[in-house]
Amino acid sequence: MTIKEIFETMDYGEAPESATEALNWIADHQPGFGMFINGAMTAAGDLFPSHNPATGEALAHITQATLEDVDLAVSAAGNAQAEWQNIGGKKRARYLYAIARLIQKHARLFSVLETLDNGKPIREARDADIPLVIRHFYYHAGMAHLMQEELPGRAPIGVCGQIIPWNFPLLMLAWKIAPALAMGNTVVLKPAEYTSLTALLFAQICQEAGLPAGVVNIVTGDGKVGDAIVRHDGIHKVAFTGSTAVGKHIRKVTAGSGKALTLELGGKSPYIIFDDADIDSAIEGVIDAIFFNQGQVCCAGSRLLVQETVAQKVYTKLKARMQKLRVGNPLDKSVDMGAIVDPKQLERIANLVDEHAHEGDVYQREDAPAGCFYNPTLITGLHASSELMQEEIFGPVLVSCTFRTPSEAVQLANNTRYGLAASIWSENINLALDIAPKINAGVIWINGTNMFDAAAGFGGIRESGYGREGGWEGLTAYTKPIADRTPVVSAEIFEGNITAQSNQIDRTAKLYIGGKQSRPDSGYCKAVFDKEGELISHAPLASRKDVRNAVEAAHKASSWSKSSAHLRAQILYYIAENMNARSHEFAQSLSRLAGVTSQEAAKEVEEAIDTLFTYGAWCDKFDSAAKPVPFRGVALAMNAPVGVIGAFCDDRPLAGLIDVIAPSIAMGNRIIAVASEAYPLVATDFYQILDTSDVPAGVVSILTGSHMELGRTVAGHYDIDAAWSFSSADISKTIEEESAGSLKRTWVNNGYDMRPSQREWLMQSTEVKTIWVPYGE
Amino acid sequence: MTSSHEHEPRNPISSLNLNIIRDVQANTSAIERRCASLPARRSVKKAHQAAWLLKAITMIDLTTLSGDDTSERVKRLCAKAAHPLRRDILQALEMTPITTGAVCVYHDMVETAVGALKGTGIPVAAVSTGFPAGLSPLHLRIEEIKESVKAGAQEIDIVISRRHVLTGNWQALYDEMAQFRQACGSAHVKAILATGELGSLRNVARASHVCMMAGADFIKTSTGKEAVNATLPVSLVMIRAIREHFERTGFRVGYKPAGGISKAKDALTYLTLIKEELGHDWLSPHLFRFGASSLLNDIERQLEHHTSGHYSASWRHASA
Repeated sequence: MTIKEIFETMDYGEAPESATEALNWIADHQPGFGMFINGAMTAAGDLFPSHNPATGEALAHITQATLEDVDLAVSAAGNAQAEWQNIGGKKRARYLYAIARLIQKHARLFSVLETLDNGKPIREARDADIPLVIRHFYYHAGMAHLMQEELPGRAPIGVCGQIIPWNFPLLMLAWKIAPALAMGNTVVLKPAEYTSLTALLFAQICQEAGLPAGVVNIVTGDGKVGDAIVRHDGIHKVAFTGSTAVGKHIRKVTAGSGKALTLELGGKSPYIIFDDADIDSAIEGVIDAIFFNQGQVCCAGSRLLVQETVAQKVYTKLKARMQKLRVGNPLDKSVDMGAIVDPKQLERIANLVDEHAHEGDVYQREDAPAGCFYNPTLITGLHASSELMQEEIFGPVLVSCTFRTPSEAVQLANNTRYGLAASIWSENINLALDIAPKINAGVIWINGTNMFDAAAGFGGIRESGYGREGGWEGLTAYTKPIADRTPVVSAEIFEGNITAQSNQIDRTAKLYIGGKQSRPDSGYCKAVFDKEGELISHAPLASRKDVRNAVEAAHKASSWSKSSAHLRAQILYYIAENMNARSHEFAQSLSRLAGVTSQEAAKEVEEAIDTLFTYGAWCDKFDSAAKPVPFRGVALAMNAPVGVIGAFCDDRPLAGLIDVIAPSIAMGNRIIAVASEAYPLVATDFYQILDTSDVPAGVVSILTGSHMELGRTVAGHYDIDAAWSFSSADISKTIEEESAGSLKRTWVNNGYDMRPSQREWLMQSTEVKTIWVPYGE
Repeated sequence: MTSSHEHEPRNPISSLNLNIIRDVQANTSAIERRCASLPARRSVKKAHQAAWLLKAITMIDLTTLSGDDTSERVKRLCAKAAHPLRRDILQALEMTPITTGAVCVYHDMVETAVGALKGTGIPVAAVSTGFPAGLSPLHLRIEEIKESVKAGAQEIDIVISRRHVLTGNWQALYDEMAQFRQACGSAHVKAILATGELGSLRNVARASHVCMMAGADFIKTSTGKEAVNATLPVSLVMIRAIREHFERTGFRVGYKPAGGISKAKDALTYLTLIKEELGHDWLSPHLFRFGASSLLNDIERQLEHHTSGHYSASWRHASA
């Protein structure tokens, strides 16, 4: 075209970024890439091609790791770990600074390589991925430096197996490696098989930074390699980002292994536009929410919920805006959407849309280039029941429905198995800040989308996984308490003669569900004897249905989560006072039940009372945080209650029970506590205290019975948000396994006496919910 | 260039719709984010960049608004407007001659400019209505418009009374604007909002809508005399208002950012913003102008670089 012609058409033309440097780097690795194990690149092994999705051409050849390779990597990491921990946070900080600087120096090479390998627009790799990577290493260098001072009770977990996805290859690597290294862990990381190249370039950076051998190991290959890492005995912690299905699999495979686990999984995040929003800005936001990285983003705002009054206006403007999107060569600096990562993904997206498109009104661009590209798509008029509204599409497909009122918006937003992110658009601060805490998600953006920073936690709830990446809260995923653990002691269960005469009047112990004493649904109970073999009383044997009833009661008590911390503190103090008034009586029955001296019993009662006062004190002092993120606004890290918790108590009949109840209800949770299996009866006395202490019905339910049987039910219940076990019964594995169904959080003792710190109790009782509030007029 | 106005039906005076003013929203933070990402979203290189910069020249209201303006100074400006680019550069680009969009002067210089531009087709724009503060008596401001039109100005750049915006007196703003428009007759009227003095982007949006309802042919950011002149966020708000007005009425109103745009790269960003938010129709001097004086020289240097491969110097190009 002549200049005179362009003068008329005013087209953009092409503005390709040069791929020469990146291609030269790849060409230097012939016939293919080895892996980074114990500080050196291995020779290439069994090679598979990695394609440039934009052209379909083989870009490079990557080694498929063998089981032996994984062994070597894990043992290299294991050997390096002690020294890496021992050199201290300040020395580790220097390495992390060096890595950050080196990535900064090679930023363009990383960006181009990422675009070639993944298909994302160069603009995104250049302006989003790589700057966030650099920021993450800088931030965590600081964390390493501060660890000794700020996290005195925490130690590294050990060797971390980290498996990352293909959508943000280097960024996900940074999110995994930076905090792990900062805290003194060593890692074996597997990039996704589609996108290994920037991880391999990162290996080179580790060498340039002089990182000690074995601290970072990178093995490549398909899911089999990931599986080997997950199952490996030398791995102490697994961190996975990827699909919910694989996340569930990993949960099951690692159950009972004692491996720590964090999962960052899928999402179907709502994007809510209220009628008082700045509609043009909200539309610009939704474009970023769903078409960023071709929609292959776990936190993509893929479910557009629009207030009915402005729905037509929004759809009309959105379609017009979609017309402006440029889809094509990812290396072109004027392209908005590049290639889908792989033809398999393209087919998956197309199939999902083709199969269900008839359920709504489809608006789709039709001019994407041939090859692995997908047209930006909007599907309106869908109902909540449509598969497209429920399933994660993981492509540039936005689905939408309308709502009438703010409460309906919340209801629709929460009508999902996932809980990763949400956007709320309104110019009314009252409305926006009212809705934000009501959305069940780990990250909330008010009048914005896709805001990320190393200082702000990112992560989800429900089937979006658990654990946070970024901020202080992200460090709990890579540290453990320093305290030595001792095996949990099983209590002696006293036997006796059922026919032995007791002089006491028979007292009927019951379950405590929804503020009422109730007989077990099974109709069975178990005789409980004292040390002398005399019958104390009978303890009810709770079953599945009692768990179900307790969960229903707990959900009816949801207003507890919204009650003021001051009120909760008062109630905890009240419980403590009432127990104090009856401490002598509790000590007596405790002494008989557990066969301990009256002094020991009195001590336990004191301990329980102290715990109640402690968490009464904590109620209004476990402060949320405002994060210093690099933009004008605040990112609030709110400590929100987890929800409904099912907990199995240890064999301290009273203290064990109060341990799980006090912190959980202090933070606004509702709890179903299963009393010590050996000594259940003091717990059944305790509900009288609850009855007289203004604890709303359903906030605390107390069950007695078989931990194994109830453990399965509690962990498998889809409407329980977390399951804890301090039980002396061997139920940790069962709980972790069963939790995979709904991916509830678990906290289990694996047969050890955990003795958590107060902060640990509080952290387990809360979800950090990051609420981004940009401001400025 | 004057005849080109005929392509576009003029935006007429319509009734003041206060519902629209009431419902206007402008989220500053989101608007700033869009503006921050936009220059990185589009890249215009090589021949395309040259063509875009040529287009930008045709959109410049080459301006002198100084107390020390003289006839000779204005004539020199007019000569530059008629031949904004060195002939050899134009030839190397295989481009037919172009001119700037207009010449913009104070009332006293209108006659001189009209004379100097005779035969070039370049319209003369006059700043008016007590420019830049707009605080002279209303009847004199209206009279000033009429005088400038009589003197041959085909475009009148009026200033609005900022106090009407700051006090929320939309009726007064509307009435004033409508009177200015009527006083212009067949001359086109550009409404200068002086956005740097309106306090918020929301007010910028409201003032834009009121002026368009009252028949503005163009809305313009600034006099160039405020502390803050044209910015991308202000521009985004104004062009979104223009888009809204077009969707509602079917009439295209033009946009003129003024003050502080001095780099070729900035000009490309503005054109990109227009293309993305308003579309190709607005990429024409009938609907888009730069109020600028030093921008032209930077564009000339970039175009010489394009044709010669060497970075240029400002003294190699005729001054305005």
